Amino acid sequence: MTIALSRRAFISSTGALVVALASPDWADAAASDQPAAARSLKPDQLDSYIAIDRDGVVTAYYGKIDGGQGLGTSIPQMVAEELDVPLERVQLVIGDTGRTVDMGGASAATGVSRAGMNLRRMAAQARKLLIEKAAEKLGVPAERLAISAGVIHDSADPAKAVSYAALIGGQAFDSAVKWNGKLGNTLAVSGDTKIKAPKDFKVIGTSPPRRDLPGKVFGTLEMAADVRLPGMLHARMIRPKIAGAVPIAVDESSIADIPGAQVVHIKDFLAVVAEKEWNAVRAAQKLKVTWSESNPNFPGTEGLHDYIRKAPIIKRVIQMQSGDFDDGIKQAARIIEGEYEFPTQSHSSTGPACGVADYRDGGCTIYSSTQKPHYAVHGVAELLDLPPEKVRTIWMFGTGSYGRNDQGDATADAAVLSKHLGRPVRVQYMRYEGIAWDPKGTASVNRSKVGLDASGTVIAYESISKAFSRLNVQTSEGRAADVLAGHLLGFPLKPEQSFEIPVASYTFAHQRRGWEIVPPLMDRASPMRTSHLRDPYGPPILFGSESFMDEVAAATNTDPVDFRLRYLTDPRDRDAVRIAAEHYGWDKRPSPRPDAKSADVATGRGIAFRRHFTTYVALIAEVRVHRKTGVIEPIRYVCAHDVGLIINPATLRQVIDRQLVYGTSRTFFEELRFDKNMVTSVDWLTYPVLFADFPLPQIDIVLIERPEEAPSGAAEMALGLVPAAVGNAVFDATGVRLRRVPFTPERVKAALEKA
Amino acid sequence: MAQSFTLAVDGTTRTIVVDDPDMPLLYALRDDLGLNNPRFGCGLGQCGACTVHIDGRPSRSCITPLSAIGDSKITTLAGLGTPEHPHPIQKAWLDEQVSQCAYCINGWIMTAAALLDEKPHPTDKEIVDVLSTLICRCGTHGAAIRAVKRAAQAA
Repeated sequence: MTIALSRRAFISSTGALVVALASPDWADAAASDQPAAARSLKPDQLDSYIAIDRDGVVTAYYGKIDGGQGLGTSIPQMVAEELDVPLERVQLVIGDTGRTVDMGGASAATGVSRAGMNLRRMAAQARKLLIEKAAEKLGVPAERLAISAGVIHDSADPAKAVSYAALIGGQAFDSAVKWNGKLGNTLAVSGDTKIKAPKDFKVIGTSPPRRDLPGKVFGTLEMAADVRLPGMLHARMIRPKIAGAVPIAVDESSIADIPGAQVVHIKDFLAVVAEKEWNAVRAAQKLKVTWSESNPNFPGTEGLHDYIRKAPIIKRVIQMQSGDFDDGIKQAARIIEGEYEFPTQSHSSTGPACGVADYRDGGCTIYSSTQKPHYAVHGVAELLDLPPEKVRTIWMFGTGSYGRNDQGDATADAAVLSKHLGRPVRVQYMRYEGIAWDPKGTASVNRSKVGLDASGTVIAYESISKAFSRLNVQTSEGRAADVLAGHLLGFPLKPEQSFEIPVASYTFAHQRRGWEIVPPLMDRASPMRTSHLRDPYGPPILFGSESFMDEVAAATNTDPVDFRLRYLTDPRDRDAVRIAAEHYGWDKRPSPRPDAKSADVATGRGIAFRRHFTTYVALIAEVRVHRKTGVIEPIRYVCAHDVGLIINPATLRQVIDRQLVYGTSRTFFEELRFDKNMVTSVDWLTYPVLFADFPLPQIDIVLIERPEEAPSGAAEMALGLVPAAVGNAVFDATGVRLRRVPFTPERVKAALEKA
Repeated sequence: MAQSFTLAVDGTTRTIVVDDPDMPLLYALRDDLGLNNPRFGCGLGQCGACTVHIDGRPSRSCITPLSAIGDSKITTLAGLGTPEHPHPIQKAWLDEQVSQCAYCINGWIMTAAALLDEKPHPTDKEIVDVLSTLICRCGTHGAAIRAVKRAAQAA
């Protein structure tokens, strides 16, 4: 998708309301039933990344997506910076696999750090080639040339000038660049010139408003769910009431009275389609299906953590080891152990997934807001038995997904239906599918153990998470084995066993950190299948590990900030903790506070810290705890955040602010409910989330500026700290340790009463 | 049985023929009239993504049967304001840069706009009360509250 810029946009000012936005380019093309033409996409060619048209408009081709966190604005900033053109003159084509190189999609918050830096280097290379062309054309040595707003001139004689448009407008650079031979997240391309030094920045570090917002605010930006193709049918999937049941018999006469309604039943894949969307909804409600017997025997929400504790381990990995933990723990004068439980959580995107597929002439075009459009190509190709080059995903804005949500499943369903019916098909999932049938963030049990020597120094540390695999289905829809349609059509399953842990920062002498995987609750087409949920290496582990650090600090009568600083040596780690504490006005003392046991309403503060790749974050939460009701009110969050070079400070602050609220939802509310047969969380009553009446804290964000450091990611780094920071604050206030998320009033009250 | 309805939407009157008079308004707006706002979020009246104004009142079109509309005037987000003439809530939304994915934006803006249209200076509690009927999974709640307060102060 492109947010096309009208001519007026770059001759007028850039006030948010003045930037004129043309309709996205697929919509222009839809009039002719054809999306914008696909282009040659050799990863080792500059033209695959940057183009300049006859008007001097620069187009950059971005093979990831913008999930609403501002990449559609900050990536053009990086390109405009290196090319020395006004930002308004840079447009971005996003996630169209026919026009962008595979950069891996939204993944691990690498939008700026990887794909953005690739485009920045390509823009710098384009600038270098344009200078060379100008030197030749103007007969002026390259070193005497300067650039202003896309016009190259002789610094000794400004009348001697030539524009980018005149030099290359509409033509190819036809120039090779260095490519590391990889596609996806790890694709790296570079030219033979340097990128700008921070002292020369004009656009990077400024905060232009988000380009996608006017279209969203005025209701003119079309999303994937808005695609309407000639002859398109509407579809609804039919899912069983008991997990694992498959359709044995379908009574098509049960929907005979609904105009145009039609059943599609291929193996275990069952859908209804109709010309009119409401008729598809009605047909899905009315269709009579005989289902096979199934007895999932799920452990149920309340029994889940005991089930995990007792379940056999199918894979155990010690991912990080230093020293010898077994030896270290033997030398300990004192041992502390702690156990923490994290619930199953759903992506539960605001919009249930929606995908449109158009199979024709031996190829298939998909319209989707998937996080991973390039992967979707391969999954659909496998499902439809097409060569990948015959499949194209046109990415469009849509509901936020934040991980491997249900979107990949809906797209695959649409593709299967379109091929079967020979018409374009739009699949819209219903609310229950977006919560009960999306791939889940796994529940986990985190066990930690520390050995202290006689002086109270930590000499041995072990942290082991036991959980379902985070790759029971992949983090994208890149294989038939990873989508419901593939499962229902009998494709071989390819589960992987993985959990992963965050980077280690604490310098304990003997450490052992790892994970244990338990078998999935159901192998095929499972509503409990597990994959990545936003910040996959974060909340489930950090709730355990950072709560436990606090537990050890308290057990050794040490201030929680001091405790962390004692064992952190990397300056960026230390700065995040120190700066958060300074900004908060941290009162140095051990937790809990001295008067913790007495008051009905108690306040406390807690800290949690992490390094995530090369982003360094510390979060302090201050809370008020109401002992009689178990209600926790967060009063204030202070987040110190070091992401290296900051491209757009305002957008960065927004990303951190919004994710702290989202993290608060996961900390206080979210727990998937299920019984022995099926997921019972099916809507917003049965899957509680944060609403606006929750008393949100004041959120102070302190950006640590390091322009000389490479930019890292920000899209998920802070949210994972919320559970531990809040839990630690509750301990400070009350002396009671919370060991299970979410912190519902009932659970908190019970914990307080038990103490 | 097929039945025709005449709907006044965003200042334009159009007639549609539907198979079910109890079809929710949402499907008439999206499927029959080709409008992109409102959006389908739950079909249960729980999230607000489908909100339109019916005679100025915020209404959940996913649970409002077509047969109940009569000759009421319907306004969607696209009919609320324009870049040249934004509703104060739309301006505040841009000033505050509230949204991320914005799939839910229709519900938030239409609900807040109706509040301010009826009550230009609502209390903080009134603001929170109306907004707490809406789902957002990007965590824009705090920013949305700030935007509504900003618009109310500017009024």
